[in-house]
Parts: sequence; C-alpha cells; structure tokens
Amino acid sequence: MSVLVWAGVIVIGGAGSVLRFYVDGIVAAASGRDFPYGTLAVNLSGAVILGLITGLALTGSAALLAGTAAVGSYTTFSTWMLETQRLTEERQHRKAALNIIVSLVLGVAAAELGRLIGTHL
Amino acid sequence: MRPRADGRTIAAIFVGGALGTLARAALAEAFPRAATAWPWPTFTVNIVAAFLLGYFVTRLQERLPLSSYRRPLLGTGVCGGLSTFSTMQVEILKMLSAHAYGLAAGYAAASIAAGYAAIHLATAIVRRVRVRR
Repeated sequence: MSVLVWAGVIVIGGAGSVLRFYVDGIVAAASGRDFPYGTLAVNLSGAVILGLITGLALTGSAALLAGTAAVGSYTTFSTWMLETQRLTEERQHRKAALNIIVSLVLGVAAAELGRLIGTHL
Repeated sequence: MRPRADGRTIAAIFVGGALGTLARAALAEAFPRAATAWPWPTFTVNIVAAFLLGYFVTRLQERLPLSSYRRPLLGTGVCGGLSTFSTMQVEILKMLSAHAYGLAAGYAAASIAAGYAAIHLATAIVRRVRVRR
C-alpha cells in the first residue's frame, strides 16, 4: 500500500464521518428524538453500500478505500451501543431491545440486498 | 433542529474521523481474517470505540464545561471513525453464507454484549469519580 493510498484512507475517513454527522442530524430532525432513527438510517444505508462493494468483489486498494475507509467510517457501532444503553437507563427497555434487533436483522438483510445488486451489476 | 454546521464542528469531526479510520484500517490490513475466523480486528475496534465513546460522552455531558469541539472531535469523529457497523454486518453475512451459523450468532451476540457492557462500564467509571469529588 502506497503513501497515497493511506493519505486517501485519512481524507475519506474524515469525509465519511462528516457525512454520517449530516445524515444522522437530518434524519433525526425529520423523525423526532424518541428513537435513534438517525443512526439506524446511517447504518442500514452503509450496510447496503458495503454489501454492494462486497458483491462487486473489489480487492486491494479499491476495497480499502471504498469499503474500509468510506463505508466503514460512515457507519458506527459505538453510537448504536451508546444510544441503546441510554435508552435502557431511561427505562425504555422495549425501544432498547428493538434498536438492537432491528439494526441487526435489517443490517444483515441490507448487506445481502447490496451484495445481490453488486453481483448482478 | 438541524445539525449545527459551523466550520469548527465539521473540522473537528473530520480530523477525529480521519484518525479513527486510519487506526481501524491499519488494524484490518495488518490482520486479514478468513470469512470463517473470528474477526478480531473489527471486534476489537468496536469494543474499544464503545468504551471510549461512553467515557467521552458521559464526561463531556456530566462533568466538563460545555465545549464546542470536544464531542465532535472525540465522539462523532474518533469513536465513530474507529467503530464500524457495516463491516460487522458483512462479516456476519459471510459467516452465514459459509454456513458458520454458530460463529455468526456468537459474533453478533458477543459484539453486542461486550459493546453494551463497555458503554455501561465507562459511564459508571466517570460517574463514580464525580461522586467521590
């Protein structure tokens, strides 16, 4: 991997994080703050795109830049867990459980959808 | 409420996200894993990022004076860039495709249990220190 590829990882990782901030903010503003829809939207859209990249069978630098750097930085595990834990603290156990189950089930389904699209392109 | 899009916030998220992503990408490249092996690089960054996010957010919200750039830099940036949901989902998908159902279930359950516990522990640590002062 060249220095240029790693410079790309840095710039794309920064940009993916900024994009996450905007998408999360816009979705959360539109859907209300009762449930962490913003993070859900980010994570599911990212799962589709990473599934697509997997289906396209990218390798090497292309996979590193598009998959690991771009989509990897755009989606987030830590915020998903934080929001779930905070829902539990507020005694919203049903919403906390839903946040885990919906993200996980739809996340794998979204990745599979993306992969199917990718393999047929 | 639209996200505040002032330059300082965006710059902080960009810098933090770049650092977190670099660390995660370096780990993923250094330790490539087969589809049916336990994905240690992803698992490790996700749990570490969850712990750090729980620590930063609790400390920034409940202890430190308001800051315009710390949460975007450390939380949204570093922890968001370091952790990844999409890679975990694709890893689970590949395990399912390889008929490694036990591994897929174990990986999903362990990630969620450890991630949740990491947030809980970090939060408790910050709050205990505050009570003692």
